Amino acid sequence: MSIKTYSQAIKDVIAEEMRKDDAVFIMGEDIAEAGGIFTCTKGLLKEFGSERVRNTPISEAGFVGAGVGAASCGLRPIVELMYMDFAYLAMDQILNQAAKIRYMFGGNVKIPMVIRGQQGIGRGNAGQHSQSVESLFMHIPGVKVVMPSSPSEAAGLLRTAIRDDNPVMFFEHKALYATKGEVPDDPEYSIPFGKANIIREGKDATVICSHLYVQKALNEAEKLAKKNIDIEIIDPRTLIPFDKTTIIKSVKKTGRAIIVHEAHKIAGWGAEIAATIMEEAFEYLDAPVLRLGAKHCTLPFNLGLENAVVPQQEDISKAVKKTLYIS
Amino acid sequence: MIDKERLIWIYKTMLRIRKFEERALSLFESDKLRGSVHLYIGEEAIAATVCSLLRDTDYITSTHRGHGHCIAKGGDLKKAMAELMGKETGFCKGRGGSMHIVDMSKGNLGANAIVGGGIPIAVGGALAASIKKTDQVTVSFFGDGASNQGTFHEGINLAAIWKLPIIFVCENNEFGISVPVKQSTSVKDISVRSKSYDIPGHTVNGNDVFEINKVMEEAIARAKKGEGPTLIECKTYRWFGHWIGDPQLYRTKDEVEAWKEKCPIKTLKKYFLDEKELSKNELDEIEKVIDKEADDAVEFAINSPEPDPSTVMENVFTDIVNF
Repeated sequence: MSIKTYSQAIKDVIAEEMRKDDAVFIMGEDIAEAGGIFTCTKGLLKEFGSERVRNTPISEAGFVGAGVGAASCGLRPIVELMYMDFAYLAMDQILNQAAKIRYMFGGNVKIPMVIRGQQGIGRGNAGQHSQSVESLFMHIPGVKVVMPSSPSEAAGLLRTAIRDDNPVMFFEHKALYATKGEVPDDPEYSIPFGKANIIREGKDATVICSHLYVQKALNEAEKLAKKNIDIEIIDPRTLIPFDKTTIIKSVKKTGRAIIVHEAHKIAGWGAEIAATIMEEAFEYLDAPVLRLGAKHCTLPFNLGLENAVVPQQEDISKAVKKTLYIS
Repeated sequence: MIDKERLIWIYKTMLRIRKFEERALSLFESDKLRGSVHLYIGEEAIAATVCSLLRDTDYITSTHRGHGHCIAKGGDLKKAMAELMGKETGFCKGRGGSMHIVDMSKGNLGANAIVGGGIPIAVGGALAASIKKTDQVTVSFFGDGASNQGTFHEGINLAAIWKLPIIFVCENNEFGISVPVKQSTSVKDISVRSKSYDIPGHTVNGNDVFEINKVMEEAIARAKKGEGPTLIECKTYRWFGHWIGDPQLYRTKDEVEAWKEKCPIKTLKKYFLDEKELSKNELDEIEKVIDKEADDAVEFAINSPEPDPSTVMENVFTDIVNF
């Protein structure tokens, strides 16, 4: 084990996979000499050269599309989007091309491609640089959706993403880059997609969350434990594919479920999970499934306002207590 | 310079596209084939001439009007017709249809129903060749309408800065559905847009195989030398509507008839006869063989099975089948 930051863990996996497989290359804005504005590609240019570590012009549709073409032709591109909000500029290439090519072409083509970048609050980057956009990509069949919540998760899931033969949207969180944690040294360390992580076992209620809310839920779990409330925390890790089994099993045990995400609550992925729980474990529920998500509001610049848009840590305990009918 | 053998190949390829599409049209009109079918008839010289210079290992990307590109790149008529009919034996097992034909074995990275959608993908094909240091070239076919998409400009700029081995072939057939080019496009000749990216641009008669060949040969040589992309605009005309069923209120019958006089197949046939390269008998024999090939494709498609609905979830991903 080594202690690494989330961004170091990402950079190390990219470098390790590029060493192992000549087909892997990376492109994006400011990723070469500058090493990426969040340092996730720092030093890669020096080791791998400008053929495989490419600065792109500010042309998201162009370079994401070039990734789709390169993947069609046998390479394994990693395409960095500086902010996941910029994916909107490349939406046709992601959702009409990368996502659909394999299906439309009868399975004759594969698109082994990772589109990665960061999103979310924490820096007051305002409306076009702070949104959590993962839910959008769950709705269109053909892309996998990954949400690493710690350095080791980032390492294990990114390795799986790079080796996956399908388009993967890999959502990092900007406020996690500096967080530190233990990461296995094994250069083959990987985490399979579609296998949720039971962060904490508990019997009274299931809290399903990702990114920053994993730590926040853990913090609340300690407070709740002092009141003899024992919550189970599950990080789904990947939203497509989604580990329904683990979540349904947990809800059948606890009888209560709360989904917490930074993405907007309306039509956010919590709605999908809540509906799935209702369909598959309704008779086990002792309370309505609750969702916590961002208000239906553009992320504001002012830090106080930005924070006011998203669920607060203590909202988790409030929601848990609500499902337990404790005021 | 086109030697006799290649010129005959171009002729046969144009004829193959024409005969294939005539049959698709007749199947459509007799309700045996459905969907958005965009005919290439009248534009055959472009796909046939461009692809006569490509190998199976070279890549193309194609468009919603893509039958010609597929056939010229070596695509099997049977699989193409079966795909148009949505059959399991089609190129895409009936999942794609007319607008989404792919043929990786011949370097056809796929047709695309999004105008301009294939341009960055072609750039990616060329990027792969560049990174792998092969001598493959890529041709991106697209229409006049695509030259007003951001992907056209982003794609050409990327190819230019990275000096990728790619040729952008714009098939200017005068209309984006119903809108004439002069209404939609700021320039008379789309090739002048090459100036923005400091690459060579040419406008040629898209119904003249010799003109197309000349600029394509130059463009391929440039691409292989690592000097980067070229933009070629081929001015042409589609004889039929945007799709089968288009009422075509935006043009006159006289205009269409005038363009039919410029038929690239008729022109090349006349050339063969005038230059005594091929006799009338030889030309008749070629046509007979291709008629048979097209008829066989129709028969194959009609007799092919429908896809099994129980397989509908296959190939969303390479691995996950059910959700």
